[in-house]
Amino acid sequence: MEAQAASALPAAPARHGAEAGFWRKYVFSTDHKVIAKQYLAIGLLMSVIGGFTAYLIRVELAWPGKPVMGWGSIAPGPYLGLVTMHGTIMVFFVAMPILLGAFGNFLIPLMIGAEDMAFPRINMLSVWTLVVASVLLLASFFVPGGAAAAGWTGYPPLSDVPSYTGGFWGLNLWLLALALEFSAFLMGGVNFITTAINLRTPGMTLWRMPLLVWLEITASALFLISVGPLVAGALMLLVDRIAGTGFYNPARGGDPLLWQHLFWFFGHPEVYVIALPGFGIMQEILPVFSRKPVFAYRTIVYSTIIAGFLSLVVWAHHMFISGMDPRLATPFSIMTILISIPFSIMVFAMIATLWRGSISFETPMLFTLGALSSFLVGGVTGIFLGSQTADIYLHDSYFVVAHFHYTLFPIVFFGGFAGIYFWYPKMFGRMLDERLGKIHFVLTFIFFNLTFIPLFFAGFAGAPRRIYYPFGYDFLKPLQPLHVLSTIGAVALLAGQLPFVVNFFLSMLRGQEAPDNPWHANTLEWTVASPPPHPNFPSPPTVVRGPYDYSLPGAAEDWVPQNRRLRTLAGA
Amino acid sequence: MLSAWFPTSVSTYGGQIDYVINLIFYVTAFWFVLVTAVLLFFVIRYRRRAGVPAAFVQGETGREVAWILVPAFLVLVCDLGIDAAGGRAWEAVKGPPPPAALTVQVMGSQFVWKFTYPGPDGRFGAGNDLKEDSLHVPLGQVVRLELQSEDVIHDFFVPDMRLKQDVIPGRTITAWFQATKPGTYEIACSQLCGPAHFDMRGELVVQTESEYQAWLKQERAAASAKTAASALPDRAQKG
Repeated sequence: MEAQAASALPAAPARHGAEAGFWRKYVFSTDHKVIAKQYLAIGLLMSVIGGFTAYLIRVELAWPGKPVMGWGSIAPGPYLGLVTMHGTIMVFFVAMPILLGAFGNFLIPLMIGAEDMAFPRINMLSVWTLVVASVLLLASFFVPGGAAAAGWTGYPPLSDVPSYTGGFWGLNLWLLALALEFSAFLMGGVNFITTAINLRTPGMTLWRMPLLVWLEITASALFLISVGPLVAGALMLLVDRIAGTGFYNPARGGDPLLWQHLFWFFGHPEVYVIALPGFGIMQEILPVFSRKPVFAYRTIVYSTIIAGFLSLVVWAHHMFISGMDPRLATPFSIMTILISIPFSIMVFAMIATLWRGSISFETPMLFTLGALSSFLVGGVTGIFLGSQTADIYLHDSYFVVAHFHYTLFPIVFFGGFAGIYFWYPKMFGRMLDERLGKIHFVLTFIFFNLTFIPLFFAGFAGAPRRIYYPFGYDFLKPLQPLHVLSTIGAVALLAGQLPFVVNFFLSMLRGQEAPDNPWHANTLEWTVASPPPHPNFPSPPTVVRGPYDYSLPGAAEDWVPQNRRLRTLAGA
Repeated sequence: MLSAWFPTSVSTYGGQIDYVINLIFYVTAFWFVLVTAVLLFFVIRYRRRAGVPAAFVQGETGREVAWILVPAFLVLVCDLGIDAAGGRAWEAVKGPPPPAALTVQVMGSQFVWKFTYPGPDGRFGAGNDLKEDSLHVPLGQVVRLELQSEDVIHDFFVPDMRLKQDVIPGRTITAWFQATKPGTYEIACSQLCGPAHFDMRGELVVQTESEYQAWLKQERAAASAKTAASALPDRAQKG
């Protein structure tokens, strides 16, 4: 019945796209695979800019007040602009385009056996909305007064009254860019969910969907639920700034805490909007390189949904010392710490997948293991900040900076790289170079840890974040070696991405041609050519089994694609 | 191990906060080491070897899922322990404060802290308030702070006291502490408040009761001399 839906729905523009000209084929395309690559391009380009802001921030922090090589002196105002833009770019314009936009778009239709997304034109609209948002955001660097400088969390009244930060258009553009970005992923999220529910090929029951699809649509659902209030909140902040309303300005009868509630009601689920697709990538790669089924598939799905619900009711753990009623802290603290249960189930399940496997260490697997082990640090340090009492001391300190980089970096970069190394052959039809990939992994893993471990200790010593020049404080002076160490790590980490850049572009031209199924994996995207033709499947495949039948007893090989019947089991 | 990095606590409740942080550190360190060790062991033990196939284990039966659910249950037990310890300490620090010997009004603005002491009668706004640039308090007394902001959100942070509290314009937020050691301590703004956020440093001086009283007396005298002096040229000009 779903097959009818698949062929009756909007396949028409996609089919015509095959013979369309350059513009319709590569630029204003409705093909989910092209759109996925566009998202990937946006994410990777923005990560270069986000990485450069990180370079400027880190060098400034190691040698405060001194000119930064390749840039020059950074004044306190522009420094805060860099900090704000770094966070905004990395979360909204790198993590989401890569983990949701690129992998979600590329993989959801292929994995469920669909020809395209449910709404291909809306899909195109969403990617181009993101392009406009990116342009607006980058333009804000060049307006008078510089980029937004109120932190990526944009707390009013600092963000509310232009004279407090000294810039007017920077923050306005930042708000517009965010509102557009949210709209782009709203459209994307509707598309993901509709596609996964309506366009599954015959036999692709919900319980046969690859985990990545489950996690992408759970993430999208969370995004749809949580982002609405913040879009409204961002527009309220914008009219406060340009039309003189006072939603957040106490001088006009408003309340600054309202923004914090709206922001974190979205902001905390947002972490899971990013984390779940990252976990999805890891869940696809672990069984392939362990030659073993995912351990406890159903339990993982249930845990994901529970974690999603919990993430909607923990936002005030960002506000323990914000001045809200202190009696609210304990319930929020308990809910927050409870999130460790579904997440530890997911992590334990990933480790159990390795148990009695036959593990090989190709680059995608190395990045997955790197993500898993680093994310552990991010997970356990989250308990400190989830505890209302520990947060009194650690709130807004470098401990927070180290913690969220240990959650987001493993997911976005280790997870993202794992996904790129794994699906690059399917996306571009060529293999990436293994040796360069391994060098890339080793450099990234070592220098990521060198960058962020020192910051935990700066946090324990009480160092507040977003401090441009620490030498005014006696208690910060002895911590300077930690910053130097972290900066050395960060510069090496950035330099360590060169092998990837070389590999990415060189392999596109000269890489070994990819077979249909280079990793001997089971999910449907590997049953079609690399890159997949247009439309994806010559005829809708019929799925007869779950996605993770690796090392199935009685099978001739240690993998069985989801649409392959086994002779021995055919009668059963 | 952690305490080496912390500034020594000099408030009555600092120890309770440090206890919770240490507790979480040891609990999470245990889990982190355990899980990492198991992960490493599996990765090495089950690396691919010729002729050794992987086992087909789906983890769907109750007995198999128990391998992850039982550890998760133990995590839950640890969580509840942390919740209990944290809840108790939070109640002591941020719950209803004990009766205070001294109340000081703290005003944050871009990018300074100002302190207002009540007049000798202990009341504010009677025309004899004392304005100060640094916060002096007597040792061992409960000090109540009434935190206010003129412009944006600031955060009143005294690392040595383990006192951190956002200050919101349009509201008065109370905080308290009781110092256990005389000395001069730094006050930092810990909430991004504008370009010179890094420069919003204040000073807290904890003095013995007699030193504090002497300081107060001297400051009051200086303040009244100052008002008298500033009134004089006024009159002279008019004359």
